[in-house]
Amino acid sequence: MVKREVVGAHYGLIDWLYQRVTALVMVAYTLVLFGVLVANPGMDYSAWRAVFANVPFKLLTFVFLLAVFLHAWIGVRDIFMDYLKPVSLRLTAEILAALALVFYTGWAIHILWGIK
Amino acid sequence: MKFSVYRYNPEKDAAPYMQDYEVKLEATDKMLLDAIVRLKEQDDTLAFRRSCREGVCGSDAMNINGRNGLACTTAVKDLSEPVELRPLPGLPVIRDLIVDMSQFFKQYHSIKPYLINDTPPPEKERLQSPEDREELDGLYECILCACCSTACPSFWWNPDKFVGPAGLLAAYRFLADTRDQATSERLDNLEDPYRLFRCHTIMNCVDVCPKGLNPTLAIGKIKEMMVRRAV
Repeated sequence: MVKREVVGAHYGLIDWLYQRVTALVMVAYTLVLFGVLVANPGMDYSAWRAVFANVPFKLLTFVFLLAVFLHAWIGVRDIFMDYLKPVSLRLTAEILAALALVFYTGWAIHILWGIK
Repeated sequence: MKFSVYRYNPEKDAAPYMQDYEVKLEATDKMLLDAIVRLKEQDDTLAFRRSCREGVCGSDAMNINGRNGLACTTAVKDLSEPVELRPLPGLPVIRDLIVDMSQFFKQYHSIKPYLINDTPPPEKERLQSPEDREELDGLYECILCACCSTACPSFWWNPDKFVGPAGLLAAYRFLADTRDQATSERLDNLEDPYRLFRCHTIMNCVDVCPKGLNPTLAIGKIKEMMVRRAV
């Protein structure tokens, strides 16, 4: 196989946009969570559970976690692109990271909808 | 004045080393380049590039006390001693303060740094409105000294794939030019996770540019053009 430098994957913009939009989602959720904490001073465990048992809050938390995972995917892949030079190693690492994030998504559903 | 200078002659030295010098400056030696020329009188084995000696050619870019800059526009009185001189970081050293700029220019050429317009040229010149021309200010002044690109960690990591701040500034110079017709091709050429999106806006380029230009702003405008095209 020829060892020529190849670039021009024709993606990048959409990931860059995702990273910005997901960051905004995270900021918004952090503010909401902070608001919940301020509005309910001295929350105990049952009150904390009650907050997360609320379906809109569950969905909001899930959207936040999806944003975290998508944001992490782009960031982690960027790190792999910089530091893992052999293509086979980079691809393996990217597949493992993607699988982990899919697993985390399932796990997040399991945890969030496990709260009754 | 005390100096500590990076020395490396691949034909003789096994490894690079720092050499200390003490140079007596004359009253007329105002700029660092004057001091280095004085230093070369003392030790003519020292190799460095210089040409116009007034910040226009970009030949004497080097790492001065840990910061990239032009020796000819750096005042001696502003430097703390010993003045540490090193070649531009991240590029292969040919000898002493001289680096191999091939990779840098390869990236510059990859963005097609010339006007692309297939219509027959008018008799006199292609005109622009003063407002359209204004957009090119802060772009065309680049002297390709490579201070910015060699201060950029993204360029250090991927010099073969990331265009680098200098190249991207030039890319926007032609994207912003109303006389250019290859806007879409130019954006296609940069729509790539490495070529443009390795820039993580750390702004080292803005910090070191001896001409006071802002490659990060230009890169942001390229991204904005891409967003406008895509959504």
